[in-house]
Amino acid sequence: MTLLSVRGLSAFYGSFQALFDISLEAEEGETVAVIGANGAGKTTMLRTIAGVLPVPASAVRFEGAPVGGRPAHELVDRGIVLVPEGRRIFPSLTVEENLRVGAYRARPGRWTLARVYALFPRLAERSRQPGTNLSGGEQQMLAIGRGLMANPRLLLVDEISLGLAPLVVQELYRVLRTIAGEGTTTLVVDQNVSQILPLAQRVYCLRKGAVSLEGRPAELTRARIAAAYFGV
Amino acid sequence: MTVAWVDTVLQGLLLGGLYALFATGLSLIFGVMRIVNLAHGDLSILAAFLAVVVVETLGLNPFLALVLVAPLMAALGYALQTLVLNRLLGQGILPPILVTFGFSIIIQNALLETFSADSRRLNPGGIETASLALGSGLAIGWFPFITLAVAVLILVSLQLLISRMSVGRAFRATSDDQETAELMGIDNRRLYGLAMALSLGIVAVAGVFLGIRTTFTFSSGPDRLLFAFEAVIIGGLGSLWGTLVGGAVLGVAQTVGAKMSPGWGILTGHLVFLAVLLLRPQGLFAKARRSA
Repeated sequence: MTLLSVRGLSAFYGSFQALFDISLEAEEGETVAVIGANGAGKTTMLRTIAGVLPVPASAVRFEGAPVGGRPAHELVDRGIVLVPEGRRIFPSLTVEENLRVGAYRARPGRWTLARVYALFPRLAERSRQPGTNLSGGEQQMLAIGRGLMANPRLLLVDEISLGLAPLVVQELYRVLRTIAGEGTTTLVVDQNVSQILPLAQRVYCLRKGAVSLEGRPAELTRARIAAAYFGV
Repeated sequence: MTVAWVDTVLQGLLLGGLYALFATGLSLIFGVMRIVNLAHGDLSILAAFLAVVVVETLGLNPFLALVLVAPLMAALGYALQTLVLNRLLGQGILPPILVTFGFSIIIQNALLETFSADSRRLNPGGIETASLALGSGLAIGWFPFITLAVAVLILVSLQLLISRMSVGRAFRATSDDQETAELMGIDNRRLYGLAMALSLGIVAVAGVFLGIRTTFTFSSGPDRLLFAFEAVIIGGLGSLWGTLVGGAVLGVAQTVGAKMSPGWGILTGHLVFLAVLLLRPQGLFAKARRSA
């Protein structure tokens, strides 16, 4: 079943057009990779899907229903949850409170505080500390854990490995596999192409606000990806 | 001599309880939404007049009238926020200031039109003059003592709500980063409505206690706003305990000033406020990020 269907999506910041006629799909249970250089529109696309930026209703369909432009909190109710770029941990809240805020809507599902702690034991050890006291990698774990607490049907993760050490990135990818293994549909943005392709069933490359390549990772050669990525 | 000064400081501390009650709602609103509500004082006077109506029509004691007045003011707060103030979100700091200033003028004139310019007072039936002897010539009034106790009770409850409950976490998260809070499923418009409801529920208590303590007229609001501001800033923005201490410092400054010369009370309060602004502009109890 098609869980997420984006059709002819264009987005603007004032008079500046950031996205041009983007179409994208995610089947239930899939891991979808979105790659592309800085400024290609990856973050903007995720933010329109999550309801932060206004778009026409029909541009984004979730479980068949037009949801484009609905407020973010309503989309969380439906199960669309964004782990934002830069982690955006709440500094006034402890690690545990950050996680609990993720469960604000109390959507029923398999993810609980105990299961998130089991997934990220390091968060359990630091549960009483302010969320922003954590290292960058731990903050990314916290941001993902916070997203899971909402029991998403579609988890959007923006720039999952940006600025993180290779060992931490490996750990995060191990967790992504676990999340995907649980059947949660994920759409992950990463510039680290070699890391994300083995995980994905479907890949989209964005360039200058448009889709420059799409397909199944196994069907794509490095040369085609490089061409779509850099436009050479 | 010494006993008289101890007595003065004691009275000031108790007066601080009333100021803290006024300041709490103001502090909460600023902390959660970064809105300065210039109608805060007038809304407290509106609550006092509502209590007058309830007392006169139902024959209730003013304390009991609060059972009706506080929820009514809370409902008014929710309506004001969701119907009017939420429309100004994301337009900077000035529009909410102008709109709440407008509310202030509307409320004062509506009160003048409805209740005339006569000064009013709420009569709780004797407790406002009863006092408790502490020995060695010291005595404290029951009513100021109750005021301080209620202020502490409200602050403790609010602190528990903010630190322990889901809605309190949502307040803090929204205060930190409104957009990310939305991504967590927090409907900030509804949350702001709840914060304003809470603020006006508390200011209703403050208004009624003021009306029992002293006389008030349609134009008593702005002074209350000023004292509330001073208490918040002396204590430090975003710290509820700071608000209580700020109220106490202001209360003591005023009673000590008035003791030195009857006309100096308010002035001394302002001077202490200015001194704090000069020497410790972040307030006595300010915390960098964490909202205490």
